[in-house]
Amino acid sequence: MIGNNGFVTLRNGQAAARTRVSEMSMAEFRDGILDAVASGQRVAAFFGHAPAAGGSVDLYGVLVDSARAHLHVGKTTLESDGFPSLTPECPQVHLFEREIGEQYGVCPEGHPWFKPVRFHACYRPGHDAWGRNPDEAPVVGVTDYYRIGGEEIHEVAVGPVHAGVIEPGHFRFQCHGEQVFHLEMALGYQHRGAERTLVGGPTKRTIHTIETVAGDTSVGHATAFCQAVEGLAGSQVPIRGDVLRGIALELERLANHTGDLGALAGDVGYLPAASYCGRLRGDFLNLTALLCGSRFGRSLVRPGGVVFDLDREQKQQCLERLEAAYRDVENAVNLLWNSASVQARFDGTGAIAREVCIALGMVGPAARACGVEQDARQDFPSGIFRFAQVPVSTWTTGDVFARAYVRWLEIQRSVAFIREQLRALPDGPIRTGVGALKPEHLVVALVEGWRGEICHIALTDAQGRFCRYKIVDPSFHNWTGLAMALRDQQISDFPLCNKSFNLSYCGHDL
Amino acid sequence: MLQVSLARLKQGHRTIAYPAQAPALPERFRGLPIVDTSKCPDGCDECAEACPTNAITIDNQGLRLDLGRCLFCTDCMEACPEGAISYTRDYRLATRQRNDLLLQAQTLKLAEALDGTSRRLFGRSLKLRQVSAGGCNACEADLNVLGTVVFDMGRFGIQFVASPRHADGVVVTGPVSENMRTALLETYAAVPAPKLVIAVGACAISGGPFVDNPEVHNGCGSLLPVDLYIPGCPPHPLTVLDGLLRLLGRLEEGRRPS
Repeated sequence: MIGNNGFVTLRNGQAAARTRVSEMSMAEFRDGILDAVASGQRVAAFFGHAPAAGGSVDLYGVLVDSARAHLHVGKTTLESDGFPSLTPECPQVHLFEREIGEQYGVCPEGHPWFKPVRFHACYRPGHDAWGRNPDEAPVVGVTDYYRIGGEEIHEVAVGPVHAGVIEPGHFRFQCHGEQVFHLEMALGYQHRGAERTLVGGPTKRTIHTIETVAGDTSVGHATAFCQAVEGLAGSQVPIRGDVLRGIALELERLANHTGDLGALAGDVGYLPAASYCGRLRGDFLNLTALLCGSRFGRSLVRPGGVVFDLDREQKQQCLERLEAAYRDVENAVNLLWNSASVQARFDGTGAIAREVCIALGMVGPAARACGVEQDARQDFPSGIFRFAQVPVSTWTTGDVFARAYVRWLEIQRSVAFIREQLRALPDGPIRTGVGALKPEHLVVALVEGWRGEICHIALTDAQGRFCRYKIVDPSFHNWTGLAMALRDQQISDFPLCNKSFNLSYCGHDL
Repeated sequence: MLQVSLARLKQGHRTIAYPAQAPALPERFRGLPIVDTSKCPDGCDECAEACPTNAITIDNQGLRLDLGRCLFCTDCMEACPEGAISYTRDYRLATRQRNDLLLQAQTLKLAEALDGTSRRLFGRSLKLRQVSAGGCNACEADLNVLGTVVFDMGRFGIQFVASPRHADGVVVTGPVSENMRTALLETYAAVPAPKLVIAVGACAISGGPFVDNPEVHNGCGSLLPVDLYIPGCPPHPLTVLDGLLRLLGRLEEGRRPS
């Protein structure tokens, strides 16, 4: 395949022996990634792994070829504590390279803005990519920031603690009056060691860590994890289990999209839709609770299938409540599209060009709002999405309106999907046993969560335990998109732009 | 304008009658767990082994369940060979003391109201600053829900405010990541005294699924004087509301939901 020489090609959730990922030279690895991205592929993950304590660092690259539903995995081993940065030629890896540098103490040489991501000590004792004293713990937020000079330039710093009930992060705006020249975000405040702690697993705590990687995406992350484990164990989820997972995933999307539309309305001071959507978001959460007892889908998705089934009566109740909630959402959301004051604030605000979106490797509704037709449910279908298609929702303007409108399109399609699946719920078991994980294997699992592509990669050791578990929350791809959206905007539009992305802090900080 | 008015009519009145009426909870809602230890075979510790956060301990004094660590998951139920563990739909879980969350056959001692002065100060108007310190956005989301028309926390005089200077206390979520420790302490310091600390969720009480990770502080208890513990992962909005109202002495006899 052009541009992917030396990379092994996998399907979503397909495990392969790690020996199949052949060793490439740095030049081959680099060219492979650059050529693939130039031909329209995207970097889903780029991460390090230190197989032996005190040994060298391996770099893995995972490329998604949406047109062919192929995942290409490549590997190279570093000979020193440095490697030539790909960022100048391939901007979408900029944050991945910073992450690799921070975690493994290897420096992406030539990276234009190489600084910490989460402010933790290097995973390889005695190493540090910045040459800091390895015995001193890094202090969050203490790093270089972009600064623009000039007489009337001022800087606005916000956070980590924000005004609302939301997660913490630090934002710095370089402003000229109201106009924002540049926004830079410093995250890492939420770092809990979520990814690091998965090594050696799966243990009894693993699934609970996964469900709280980003708690508003419990079903999405749990599904990605289960796909990875099921691939490594070679087990097949019964079809009814797949359907119930799909329903839960779409309910998660419905709740969050509805909540986001309400919050967007609130941010432009349009209180009717804000108030109704706030309530309706809860109605969708309650449907998830009807299924599994938890409004966030906790304890529902487990390796092998799902824990809770729906009986006839519950199914009927679910359908009725779905229809009722949808009718009210339609009513509330249409207020937005028919209100000139709302449209005036949504239209043209925080626009991102399609080329910028592609160059940054953005995912999810934010990318689809720029006219990029990508959706793992269609491109890399797994579970029930192999049999039931959800049309991809796109818009072209890349602004707040587009990000709002794509959510509304997706709400309609998720409701149609759930309705169809509930009506034709197949009989049979909901869960199957999952055996031991194959040793020395690798698997890539993609799930289209409500924020976009969730990517989990698991590498097992000789005992079939995780020796590396990589999580890429969609937010990791998209935070820079928010920074770009703010360029040349008024600083007062930041809350609106921010909400139109609604990215995860903890999913980024892990 | 006509459309807006029609929508208002269609959307209707949605505020729940709680606390005058008991709330409707999902059939599968997992509230207060109960363990029927009479069913426990000698030497069995399957539930303790299965518990992801080691909330269950079994020693010569019997079985003890730490609600502050409990994720309200299904792992212990699935592991129990005798079906001795089940969840009730009792959403009332908040306590004033950390030790009150350690259950050993006794009934849960729910939160008592603040004493005279504090109750006079906060009883009818409580402004809170929320700090997420490593929270996964589930506790945060279900705290936000309290502001929607469904729960309408404002009708009890309770409100989340933007500035700690305007607040009577902090509501902490998350296991308190090391990277949020300073920000949490500074936010708390910025709240004028007398002030309250409310720990919401398993993470803020005990570290939750992240307990003992070196990146976190196992909750806010070792850093701040906690006045109210609200267990859950995340707690249901009603569990939070019930805890807050108990703290303010607003669920006294005669006003308690049946």
